[in-house]
Amino acid sequence: MSGAAQLVFDRVTKRYAGRDTAALLDLSLEIPAGTFCVLVGPSGGGKTTALKLVNRLLPFDEGDISIDGRSITQLPVVELRRGIGYVIQQVGLFPHMTVGENVETVPKLLGWDRARRRARTAELLELVGLEQEDAKRYPAQLSGGQRQRVGLARALAADPPLLLMDEPFGALDPITRHRLQLELRRLHHEVAKTVIFVTHDIDEAILMGDRIAILREGGVLAQYDTPDAILAHPADDFVERFIGEDRALRRLALRRLDEVPLDPAPPATDSLLRVSTRNTARNAVSLMLEAGADRVLVVDDGGRVLGILTLARTEELLEQ
Amino acid sequence: MTAAGPGPVIPNFGQGSACVTGNHFFCWGWVRQHWGDTLEPHLVQHVELTVIAVAIGFAIAFALALVSHRLRVLDQPIAITAGLIYTIPSVVAFEILIAYFGLSNTTVVIPLVGYSLVILYPNIVSGLRSAPPEVLEAARGMGLEPRQMLWRVEVPLALPSIIGGLRIAVVSTVAIATVASLVGDRGLGYPIFYALQLPTPFKTEIYSAGVLVVGLALGFDLVLVAARRILVRWAQ
Repeated sequence: MSGAAQLVFDRVTKRYAGRDTAALLDLSLEIPAGTFCVLVGPSGGGKTTALKLVNRLLPFDEGDISIDGRSITQLPVVELRRGIGYVIQQVGLFPHMTVGENVETVPKLLGWDRARRRARTAELLELVGLEQEDAKRYPAQLSGGQRQRVGLARALAADPPLLLMDEPFGALDPITRHRLQLELRRLHHEVAKTVIFVTHDIDEAILMGDRIAILREGGVLAQYDTPDAILAHPADDFVERFIGEDRALRRLALRRLDEVPLDPAPPATDSLLRVSTRNTARNAVSLMLEAGADRVLVVDDGGRVLGILTLARTEELLEQ
Repeated sequence: MTAAGPGPVIPNFGQGSACVTGNHFFCWGWVRQHWGDTLEPHLVQHVELTVIAVAIGFAIAFALALVSHRLRVLDQPIAITAGLIYTIPSVVAFEILIAYFGLSNTTVVIPLVGYSLVILYPNIVSGLRSAPPEVLEAARGMGLEPRQMLWRVEVPLALPSIIGGLRIAVVSTVAIATVASLVGDRGLGYPIFYALQLPTPFKTEIYSAGVLVVGLALGFDLVLVAARRILVRWAQ
């Protein structure tokens, strides 16, 4: 197993016994291989339910879910689960096992030999930003952020083509959360898995997702598109309210300065504010507003001038 | 009381040193002299009774706990039954069992097993239930089968509780086994009851055997504390 898998929800409905409204109603969703897909919505939207249907921690009532074209009901359930990485908010590390033993759980179930498991663990610890010596520590000796890194390493251990993440950073402090968000994005570029990521935080969804599926109460899919398209064209009032009044700024936050069209810089640039390409258009606008300017000078990491960004240009960006 | 044999009276103990004939508080000479023929054999018997009883009690309690861990409805009936066993006075139990098994080890071990069950069963059950729900969810999500969940996750996480139960069970079994001397010549209770029923209770024998009972309980406890240190490194 490696690479990424395509995941398809085909008219899936899930009802919990004793409840009138469905947890998930007629959900159809096609998630291309390698996509970082975020399921977002208010509580009662069925996002966690949708996730747990995929690894069959919960059964569904109607429809079908398939991975790479094959229905998940066709595989023995433990085999299915061993091929899917699963990360939850409370992490759920085994307290009686060391970090290394936790990470080796699935490879061990799959019968990998010791040398291969060790090598894989070493590789994963580095990938998720932990020290090699951490392999011998117990979960109780780790911080919350470190635990979630271990949880991620454990989920990736057998190189599954699909990763399910249920509010993985929800219990972390804002600074640790943001750091892990950025690292997960980087990691996703490196390992190219299909990721289904559940959150109730629209900011996190916009930051992390290649695509976002917004679910509303009653488990109905409100919109499924790229973050930019959702911010530019909310499907209805619900989505518009959910993404907030500042959606223009959120859209600008998606655009890094090295990927927006710039105007040529004037010969004299000393009086202009300088902004690195690592910032977003939103940061640039914020700086302009703060300084009462209508343009900033965009420079690369080496300080080389690339051009200027004007307020007028940012308005055009939003009209696209 | 079956412990009262046709034994000699005090002055016949040992060489009848002044300490012994005067029945002083404690006579080291008597202890040295009778270690081999009185104290040591009874200590060994006491260890045997305790180990056999707790081992059998543990095996039964563990099996019952596994059953009720799967079938929750059985938990209360098992716990109540075990509780009822505990209310039977040991002396009564011995007398009833003598009718079936005579003055045998079986007669002694059965009540001891019964009493250890009451302590071990609830500890094992609560230990098995102590696995945090998110740990079980992660385990299921990773594709552990129920049997693997049990042996790789639930049982290891139950160890602190299981060892805690064993510590109490062993100490209480050591204490109750003292009464086992009422069934023939068994355990450290024998020298105690024997010395007690003499016309003048012989202090040295009572105290030395009593100290051995306490020492034995402490020794077992230390072994279990050491076992915990080795087996439960993760919680330290």
